[in-house]
Amino acid sequence: MTALAALIRRDIAIALRVGGGALIGVLFFLTVVVLMPFAVGPDLALLTRLGPAILWLGALLASLLTLDRLFTADHDDGSLDLIVMGRTPLELACAAKALAHWLAAGLPLVIATPVLGLLLNLDALSTSAVALTLLAGTPALTFTGMIGAALAVTLHRGGLLLAVLVLPLSIPVLIFGVAASQAAISGLSFGAPFSILCALSLISFVIGPFAAAASLRQGLD
Amino acid sequence: MRLSGRGVGCVRGGRDVFSGLDFEASSSEALAIVGANGSGKTSLLRMIAGLLAITEGSIGLDGGEAELTLPEQAHYLGHRDALKPALSVLENLAFWRDFLGGERSEPGKDLREGLEASLAAVGLDHAVSLPAAYLSAGQRRRLSIARLLTVRRPIWLLDEPTNALDVAGQSLFARLMGDHLQRGGLIVAATHAPLGIAARELQIGSVS
Repeated sequence: MTALAALIRRDIAIALRVGGGALIGVLFFLTVVVLMPFAVGPDLALLTRLGPAILWLGALLASLLTLDRLFTADHDDGSLDLIVMGRTPLELACAAKALAHWLAAGLPLVIATPVLGLLLNLDALSTSAVALTLLAGTPALTFTGMIGAALAVTLHRGGLLLAVLVLPLSIPVLIFGVAASQAAISGLSFGAPFSILCALSLISFVIGPFAAAASLRQGLD
Repeated sequence: MRLSGRGVGCVRGGRDVFSGLDFEASSSEALAIVGANGSGKTSLLRMIAGLLAITEGSIGLDGGEAELTLPEQAHYLGHRDALKPALSVLENLAFWRDFLGGERSEPGKDLREGLEASLAAVGLDHAVSLPAAYLSAGQRRRLSIARLLTVRRPIWLLDEPTNALDVAGQSLFARLMGDHLQRGGLIVAATHAPLGIAARELQIGSVS
């Protein structure tokens, strides 16, 4: 446990310090959402209707933007070699890294949502519905994205490949995240899409670390 | 404890780097891997460390801790030094101690004290709170060596360990390697420069 706690603490500390890039995702999220009303026009009813989708899309793209950092830095400076050699199972180490990444880059997106909801003319109920679905859904984005991040490291192709690999996996999360938010706002059944969203997160907790660890082991060189 | 390889071969990018390599090393013994650039010294070390698949032959360890695999009992000191520029010297070392699982500190001895002792042993005690970004190449190497001292592992796999070290650093590291061998450790080092300790040579590739 000491080992995993140390890994989580280190990754968060690096992310929060200068050059760590934890805030890049939030800034990107902010940019997308702030620009949207200018593109859509001053139609408040339309903005309210599109609001949850815009917030979810912004959060998804923002989390995609920072995923690249999950393994590349450790790979480039040789830390990954030592993590693979260590006595901690690689699956657990991957899960710890993903958790740290979510805490540093995913959670700030959820926290920023209430502020950004104001810009999209969402009322308190709608905003909290979106924040709740993001809280349940963004871990799934991080944990499935981790598979792509591990593959991108082992195949020595960064950036673009990661987006192509991860995007299909994150589409179900986007669909059920937006569906759950819309359901909460329009008073339809909130339970069903939200349960599926939570299920997607739970499945990704199980599959993500194993797939990422397998990919890292395969791609050692 | 005995590390041995039988008929080990290495293929990289479709090219035979070396094949049919036999070697062995016992406790308190150092093995120096020598050979020209590109002869596969680093590849062999990474195979022993479990970081590269062994495609031909086998590498085994007799008499180590039965529950642990060979890589789990080894330290790997590679070209890349596994340091985070944003963290201070002490934080970098503390992370590796916690992650790799250092010895339980002796009672009455502070955790931080153990780290500082390791840093003092490699001559970095003046830079404890300096971010690793400001270290020179030689100092980074010294910090990596401090990792070997902080967490006890019987096998040291060293890839060009004396690179970037000054003359004083090289003799310091030779002394540390001597201490490790005296405690029953085992060293496998890929090197061009003399290590400064008695070591059996393993020649890879053709002798020119």
